[in-house]
Amino acid sequence: MKHLIEKLNKAFENRVRLGIMSALMVNDFVDFNSLKELINVTDGNLASHLKALEKTAYITMKKEFIGRKPNTKYSVTEEGKSAFNDHIKALEALIKGNE
Amino acid sequence: MNSKDQYLSEISEIKNMMERSSRFISLSGLSGVFAGVYALVGAWLVFDRMYTSDGMLYSRSYAHSYTSDVQFMLIVAGLVLFLALSTGIFFTTRKAKIQGLKIWDHTTKRLLINLLIPLGTGGMVCVILLNNGYYTMVAPSTLVFYGLSLINASHHTFKDIRYLGLTEIVIGLLAFVYVGYGLLFWAIGFGILHILYGTVMYFKYER
Repeated sequence: MKHLIEKLNKAFENRVRLGIMSALMVNDFVDFNSLKELINVTDGNLASHLKALEKTAYITMKKEFIGRKPNTKYSVTEEGKSAFNDHIKALEALIKGNE
Repeated sequence: MNSKDQYLSEISEIKNMMERSSRFISLSGLSGVFAGVYALVGAWLVFDRMYTSDGMLYSRSYAHSYTSDVQFMLIVAGLVLFLALSTGIFFTTRKAKIQGLKIWDHTTKRLLINLLIPLGTGGMVCVILLNNGYYTMVAPSTLVFYGLSLINASHHTFKDIRYLGLTEIVIGLLAFVYVGYGLLFWAIGFGILHILYGTVMYFKYER
């Protein structure tokens, strides 16, 4: 039981980060505003969690301009994909183990 | 909340976010039902004008000229399309409001683009067929291209749409084989199938 909990990734222990990762897993990229609407958080909150995930190299960002407006697109890295899949597997194992 | 519940809710939140961020899930089954009803009424109007009964059997009536019949059909088809689209938009917007989702986001755009590429191609093919006088080929073509469009769009909304698309293609191919029964196959494909699938989707996702 205990070693299972240790398998949970600390980087994903938060509703906003789970939301970011889930959305990026199934889309080639998602821009900042869409993430904000999907997860329903403030700009600052979202930005700080995005930065944290970027630091772990689980996600990358690309700045573009649509006309004069900056548009930041985020996508998940290969590393992030496998880390998130491991996290889901650990969650599922914990649910089964508890039965 | 014990830890198991917490893990379960995390998993379901992940699934929910994956679903919401990649698929357009506000499509309402009721739009299908209404589209089907309009299509049946339209098919009946055309049938009533173009076929006469001699008591037992129906045969082609030549009360009107061929070109005026084609014009009549195009007007009816246009009206059916307009009504189906506006009712569809109404019910889908309503469902999005109930779900608390935005009607216009990247999932909507992706769904529309992928629906419209094969559908637009089919539309152009039908115009070309009409211009060249291949009238009997139009109804089967609309069914086949509509089926292909639905299959293409199904990656971006409910998976069920894929099976509706496959059925439309089968009906369309049958209509190509049994030339002259276009109206009948058209009524089945756009009328009955829409009502059937719309009802199933309504009870599956909206009740």
